[in-house]
Amino acid sequence: MTDDILLSMSGIGKSFAGVAALKEASLTVGRGEVLALIGQNGAGKSTLIKVLTGAVARESGAVRFEGVPVDFRTPQDAQAAGIATIYQEINLVPLRSVAENIFLGREPRRWGLIDWRRMHEQANAVLAQFAVSIDVRQPLHHFNTATQQMVAIARAIGQQARLVVMDEPTSSLDDREVAVLFDVIRQLKARGIGVIFVSHRLDELYVVCDRVTIMRDGMTVADQPMASISKLELVAAMLGRSLEEVKQFGATAFEEDFAVRPAKVLEVEGLKVAPRVAKVDLDVHEGEIVGLAGLLGSGRTETARAIFGADRPQAGTIRFGHETTGFRTSREAIGAGIGFCSEDRKTEGIVPDMSVRDNLTLALLPQLTRHGVIDQARQREIVDRLIKRLGIRLSSADQKIRELSGGNQQKVLLARWLCMKPKLLILDEPTRGIDVAAKAEIQSLIRELARDGLAVLMISSELEELTEGCHRVSVLRDGRSVATLDHAEATEHAIMTAMAHGPDEASISHAGA
Amino acid sequence: MTTMIDASSLPAAAKPGRRSTLLQRQGVVVALLLLILFGAWRYDDFFGLYNIMSVLRYNSMFALVALGMSFVIMTGGIDLSVGATAALASVVSAGLSDIGLGAGLAAGIGAGLAIGLINGLAITRFRLPAFVTTLATMLAARGLALLISGNQSVSVSWETSFTDLGGGDFLDFPIPAWIAIVAFIAGSVLLNFTGFGRTVLAIGGNEEAARLMGLPVARVKTLVYVLTGGLAGLAGVILAAQFGAGQPTEGQGWELFAIAAVVVGGTLLTGGMGSVGFTLAGTLLLGLIFNILNFENGRGDFTLSAYWQSVIRGAFLLIVVLLQNRLARRPT
Amino acid sequence: MQELEVAAPRRRRGLTWPWRGGPLAGALLALGILVLFNLIATPHFTSLQTLYVNLTQVTTIVIVAVGMTMVIATGGIDLSVGSLMAIAGALAPLIFAGRLFGMGPGLLADGLAFVLPVLAAMAFGTFNGWLVARFRIQPIVATLVLFIAGRGIAQVMTNGNLQAFHNASFYALGLGRVLGVPVQVWLMMAVVGAATWVMGRTLYGRQLLAVGGNEAAAQLSGLPVARIKIIVYAVSGLLSGIAGLIVIAINSSSDANLVGLGMELDAIAAVAVGGTALTGGRASIIGTLLGALIIQLLRYTLLSHGVPDAAALVVKATVILAAVYLQQVRRAS
Repeated sequence: MTDDILLSMSGIGKSFAGVAALKEASLTVGRGEVLALIGQNGAGKSTLIKVLTGAVARESGAVRFEGVPVDFRTPQDAQAAGIATIYQEINLVPLRSVAENIFLGREPRRWGLIDWRRMHEQANAVLAQFAVSIDVRQPLHHFNTATQQMVAIARAIGQQARLVVMDEPTSSLDDREVAVLFDVIRQLKARGIGVIFVSHRLDELYVVCDRVTIMRDGMTVADQPMASISKLELVAAMLGRSLEEVKQFGATAFEEDFAVRPAKVLEVEGLKVAPRVAKVDLDVHEGEIVGLAGLLGSGRTETARAIFGADRPQAGTIRFGHETTGFRTSREAIGAGIGFCSEDRKTEGIVPDMSVRDNLTLALLPQLTRHGVIDQARQREIVDRLIKRLGIRLSSADQKIRELSGGNQQKVLLARWLCMKPKLLILDEPTRGIDVAAKAEIQSLIRELARDGLAVLMISSELEELTEGCHRVSVLRDGRSVATLDHAEATEHAIMTAMAHGPDEASISHAGA
Repeated sequence: MTTMIDASSLPAAAKPGRRSTLLQRQGVVVALLLLILFGAWRYDDFFGLYNIMSVLRYNSMFALVALGMSFVIMTGGIDLSVGATAALASVVSAGLSDIGLGAGLAAGIGAGLAIGLINGLAITRFRLPAFVTTLATMLAARGLALLISGNQSVSVSWETSFTDLGGGDFLDFPIPAWIAIVAFIAGSVLLNFTGFGRTVLAIGGNEEAARLMGLPVARVKTLVYVLTGGLAGLAGVILAAQFGAGQPTEGQGWELFAIAAVVVGGTLLTGGMGSVGFTLAGTLLLGLIFNILNFENGRGDFTLSAYWQSVIRGAFLLIVVLLQNRLARRPT
Repeated sequence: MQELEVAAPRRRRGLTWPWRGGPLAGALLALGILVLFNLIATPHFTSLQTLYVNLTQVTTIVIVAVGMTMVIATGGIDLSVGSLMAIAGALAPLIFAGRLFGMGPGLLADGLAFVLPVLAAMAFGTFNGWLVARFRIQPIVATLVLFIAGRGIAQVMTNGNLQAFHNASFYALGLGRVLGVPVQVWLMMAVVGAATWVMGRTLYGRQLLAVGGNEAAAQLSGLPVARIKIIVYAVSGLLSGIAGLIVIAINSSSDANLVGLGMELDAIAAVAVGGTALTGGRASIIGTLLGALIIQLLRYTLLSHGVPDAAALVVKATVILAAVYLQQVRRAS
């Protein structure tokens, strides 16, 4: 057994500015083994990975790789030793060619100069192993995310990596692409390469992982074969709760007394937005939460942006209030009573260096202004009220928003729209990348808002959020509306089938199930 | 394996980007050719040996500075200190020119390398922003040049072969132009056929990725500023040799002229893409505007004061930038 | 995760005051040390004359740097300020000397000589903003156009000649005093005060910081991003125009080759020393004022102790690097 151990990390400790990020973390990976590494945000997964890859120096503990004690000071050290890391946001150079991205730092040479022809041949050969055939001379940004990920893996293989660390590799892939990735992982496994697989999508772990290591509060709390642990037990271990508590969490039943009120707030017909959205129809009533489901690239975000006036549609009608033709700018949409929380909190949501107060009132400010001057007393009053209402945890509203946790940042962004008293709120992946507790809070908040009459259009990739948190689910596939399912019909199976196959099969298989 | 990924599944939006990149990069060459044709058609002596030689001789020092600037900009950085560095190098090399050509050359280039090293270390070790760092070293280099020269131009020695560097010919071709040509060929090889060059572009394209890929980011960035400083120093030596004196107040605005040449040459100011050949074309384009203005005034149909050259250069920069903007859609 | 502790929000003004240990503390400390040193070591330092000498030399930098601070807060930069000063400085004498509109000398001519050049500089600034906002050209490149062309325009207008003049109104602007304080210093204080108020209290100030802090978020929150940017470059142009007029008023002459030369770098240096990060999203007007004062006082101190101007440049460079480095360390901790 000891011969088969590729990597062992034990008793790893590390603190940042006096706060312990890792206390007693440990993990082992065998040759040809796929290890799932999971934990809530802040559990210390990413710090542990950074210690392994040399990006962060550990303060205590030992790391052995292939039986030898190692101490990586830089990412170069770890790479030289045979550990490759594939990060969530693919860390390649978009403007450079595919071949360059595979070979950067170890280009084939001839008389000391780069031999481009050989480099292209070798790049083709490496990619062919994964059945990827693309023009390796094209800049990387010409290709989709999944292909870019393959390039990242090809780079790792080319470097003779014996251990590949994948940090949330599936977070931006659709199901087909995930399947390809898993095929590749199985190939790596067959070659005796170890894989550490970090993911928030629990279902995937059972498909591809052999063993799971669970972290909580900087410590390893469980380490066992994947097959011997249930999903519920995984969640329980991550949360550090008893099983009973988790069951309550998972089973928040939707109020059945909901009756659709007559007032239609939003009605979209035949929406077309090049290049992703071909023909989308949907409507949202007062007090209703409509889920918008679909694989990545199915046109969900593009539909939402078009409704919000951020992108211009080519065809179709968008009826909202008195507006019948749709909005030309976000300003118009906001003025009419629509709010939009982008899926990308960091790049499209928060203004990191601004206070929570100013972030929260960013859209409202013009209304708090008289002759160009901000009424600070009113601003403070509104901000304080919303902080209390949403349970935003902070030390002061003057705090910079980047100092808050992801969940609290998301609440501030929700509050940014709530203070506008919108009629329709569009939420794009409102709980992505947020720890489980904050996620539950945000979900129940959304339900509460709907109960008060707000219409909500919620894009989500999480089936549970769609089946349990929505009155209706509208499913998109390749830019077309393919199904609208009532709460009762919207089972995970029905949604998945519609996303994967389209309307006809969906109804058939639904009937069959 | 069941699934094939092929290029046909790409979003269509990628395609115009490819074509525009080509146009964007060749625009400067087309403009340069048009300007040359215009000059040849309108002015008798434009294609004369004397004019060609003097244009090349005079613009070679700008070309050297712009070459260094290309590398810096390709890493996503900027170097405002090049003009002042050239002035400092011209003073230092002029002061040592009586010892000989070698001493003058070494002193000038050495001064440039030193300033470049300070820039590089401040930016990589102390993580200061390039803009502010090189702004400060620009002031410092200017101050040193003035201090060393006592606020006056420093005559070069005519005894040694130092002045050949500016006014001399080799195989009937100006020596400064030889130097620039050799430097550009070397620069092109460096960029396209060495790990250093690829790393330069990788840093500009995505510095964090380059670091995680294990590329020697800090070393290459430092070297790029050193290289640029050295080239600015070389330009300063040529300046002293050409004008017969070290000029402590010369070189003002060279940095922005060089940036303009690089941008006109189609190199992205955000880094990650670029070509030294097109930078050369950009430099010649901006240089020829001055030349053509002289010819126009020489013809005497109507007179444009020399001050028009900066107006026309600015207009050219504007047109090129607007064209690039129309043609190129930045990848996200 | 942070623990739940909703503290009572502190009362807070629009500014971050230095004694709170805000970002200005370092700059204020440096200024204090410089003043203290001079009080001890420089003869006649306490005279009013010394104060005015220093203030009048710093007014134009401060006025331009205030605009630069706001531009930098949006994540931009304005390299054209020096050239716009030259344009304004070249226009004014042409107007009141009657060469432009054939207007006789008089109050109307003087008034137009104040207003039109400033409006012209503002128009050029608007052009910068238009390039940045509508065409999404990087600010360095967009303003490089007028950096190169702007001085040329000023030189072409005057044929590169020095325009010397005697004009009572401009004399007042350059050398006049109100309540014993030079007019231009009043002007500087008004500009600093107005900008501080705008940044601290108004909608525009807040929106400007939001655009610089996260443009995509600002856009999606319905902020008029393009308009905000165009206005900031227009303001920078306007302030450059005012500074250009002050320079020619002090000299009683206008030289298009020299007015505002190198001003873009002086202004950026003042902004950097004053603690405004060049990455945008932050702005400290008072910091910029302190930054300009530090650089000026440093130069004065060195000069009055016999250190040549050239050496002062080297010291200035060191101070800029040290200031930026200290801010860096501060931010990291």
